[in-house]
Amino acid sequence: MSSAAQSLPRRAPGAASLAAERAPLVVLGVMLLGTVVVCLCVGAVPVAPGQVAAVLASAIGVELPWAFGEREALVILQIRAPRILLGVLVGGGLAVSGALMQGLFRNPLADPGLVGASSGAALAALTLLVIGGPLVALLPGPLAGAALSLAAFGGGTLAVIIVYRFATNGGRTSVTTMLLSGIAMNALAAAGVGMLVFISNDAQLRDFTFWSLGSLGGVTWSRLGAGALLLCLGLALAPLLGRSLNALLLGEVEARHLGIPVQRTKAMVIFLSTLTAGAAIALTGIIGFVGLVAPHLIRLAIGPDHRVLLPASILLGGTLLLSADLVARTVASPAEMPIGIVTAFIGAPFFLWLLSRDPAGRAQL
Amino acid sequence: MTQANARAVTQAKAPRNNRLRPARGLASGLLSVGTLLGAFSPVQAQTIPEGARIVSLGGSVTETVFALGAGHRVVAVDQSSLYPAEARALPQVGYFRTLSAEGVLSLKPDVVLASEGSGPPPVLEQLEAAGVRIVWVTDGSTPEAALEKIEVVAESLGLDAEGEALRRRVETELERASHLRSRVEDWPSALFVWGRGGGGGGVRVAGSGTGAATMLERAGAQNAAAAMNGYQPISAEALVLAAPEVIVTPQSTLDALGGADGLFALPGMSATPAGQNRRMVVVDLLAFIGFGPRVGAALNGFMADLHPLLSSPRE
Repeated sequence: MSSAAQSLPRRAPGAASLAAERAPLVVLGVMLLGTVVVCLCVGAVPVAPGQVAAVLASAIGVELPWAFGEREALVILQIRAPRILLGVLVGGGLAVSGALMQGLFRNPLADPGLVGASSGAALAALTLLVIGGPLVALLPGPLAGAALSLAAFGGGTLAVIIVYRFATNGGRTSVTTMLLSGIAMNALAAAGVGMLVFISNDAQLRDFTFWSLGSLGGVTWSRLGAGALLLCLGLALAPLLGRSLNALLLGEVEARHLGIPVQRTKAMVIFLSTLTAGAAIALTGIIGFVGLVAPHLIRLAIGPDHRVLLPASILLGGTLLLSADLVARTVASPAEMPIGIVTAFIGAPFFLWLLSRDPAGRAQL
Repeated sequence: MTQANARAVTQAKAPRNNRLRPARGLASGLLSVGTLLGAFSPVQAQTIPEGARIVSLGGSVTETVFALGAGHRVVAVDQSSLYPAEARALPQVGYFRTLSAEGVLSLKPDVVLASEGSGPPPVLEQLEAAGVRIVWVTDGSTPEAALEKIEVVAESLGLDAEGEALRRRVETELERASHLRSRVEDWPSALFVWGRGGGGGGVRVAGSGTGAATMLERAGAQNAAAAMNGYQPISAEALVLAAPEVIVTPQSTLDALGGADGLFALPGMSATPAGQNRRMVVVDLLAFIGFGPRVGAALNGFMADLHPLLSSPRE
């Protein structure tokens, strides 16, 4: 990691073009900020934008002329704010882990689910829901409430570790073997899920169905906790891998000749990708499509340079997930639609449309 | 039985009889064919003879059979038959909506007491073709449906006296509940929480048209989630707007959420009266929304917790 970070700033063509490359990041940052503002102002409980500003200002001790009640303050600070932060972190985490995996596998279809992160998490979550009830009842309150998240994170990372072990021989990881063992791991986890579905009852099955469609609901500041820290760590470190991933795109031998520590890069990519995806799934359940689509949209718009692609994917992933969540929590109000439905329903047709406008195939790596 | 209840029972029965008709028509059709063919009849009589092997499908049907004292005749149940404990020890034929004909036949049943919705339909047809008598028991999410189940099951088992006694008992309990309800002046706003919301966070609540909503109404409580339909995840903001005064939940959900602390720590909960006063009532899920013979007792027990200031009248 450290050597990749050290060699990052080496870049010939001059500061002007670097600034030009960073310009999209500013645009994406502004988009994300705009989405955050809209999400703060819209919801089932009507709160005027002025009141939102006043509530936020009062939280840092500044008084604004708009009057608001206790309920408005609670809705903004305790419900919408943590949810928006979660959306930004999870959206960014899913997108960057997708971008990392696509870079590593040199495959536009890759995401952490390919090496077992989602299916392992699903199997662990369902195991807990169906036969873990007595265990959860024994746990102290706070731990019991977080049991599903812990199980999902543990299951997802364990699955990836197993796959990684199978693909690593004599200190070298074969990307092809990793892909194939990932497929085997997914099949195995699917069989386990099928087995548990077979013995589960209606309520458990419904719990699992909703879990596997994802949601940003149910988040409070205290529940954000450890998962958010892990996500922040992943989001901060991932962009440092940009130059190494650029070199890997040329091929492993070429990358080695360029002085890239190939094995360490692979290990870091898998580690960070699993960390961010695992924490995201643990916090929100399985949310599809964002991890796949956000990096592709960036490639279509800006190109495949990972030094820009990775941070840009984080910003766009956050924007996409927040927008999807806005739909999910308002369209069926007072009920809440699972966000996985929204990301796929809106995302997939939009993605197809974009692809149809890209005859040159820029979406490819 | 009061006039009002009698009317409710008839009303509840009326639409269902239409649905029953094909099955009964088929049965009586087979019966007449059987009579024509004499001893060859696959359907012997309207009642199930003592000693017949019964397969019971559906939690509330199984509860009814056992409450009628006919549990010893049951040779197998389905996955949803969780009460009483004896039923859980019996062989299982899988989930009642996804039966396998061969699996059921391997238990050599003479009769299948099938809760409405048992299936898939071709499997039931296969069973019927194999000479197994199918007795359809209508399902419904009202306490009156429990009375109807008792009637149908008792009649088919030839346990008229036991059926009458059980029905009387449940009816008396329901009457007591409705009498108690008439004395409730302020109906508290209640929210039935059952299971998790999406992504493992939040909760699903009982909207209109659910069994839990019916029970809230019968117990003298307003459903805080009446604007929703079915069991759906509620958003934190909608929870604040719903402003329930009391949370009603089964033990399993409470355990999964990490107890009362976990329940009241859910986003939005602290802004509701229920969250501020930490008011909740824990119910037995199977008795509460199973609509079997325990429905009357469950309703009375729930009301005692819900309206602690009302002492129940002795009759």
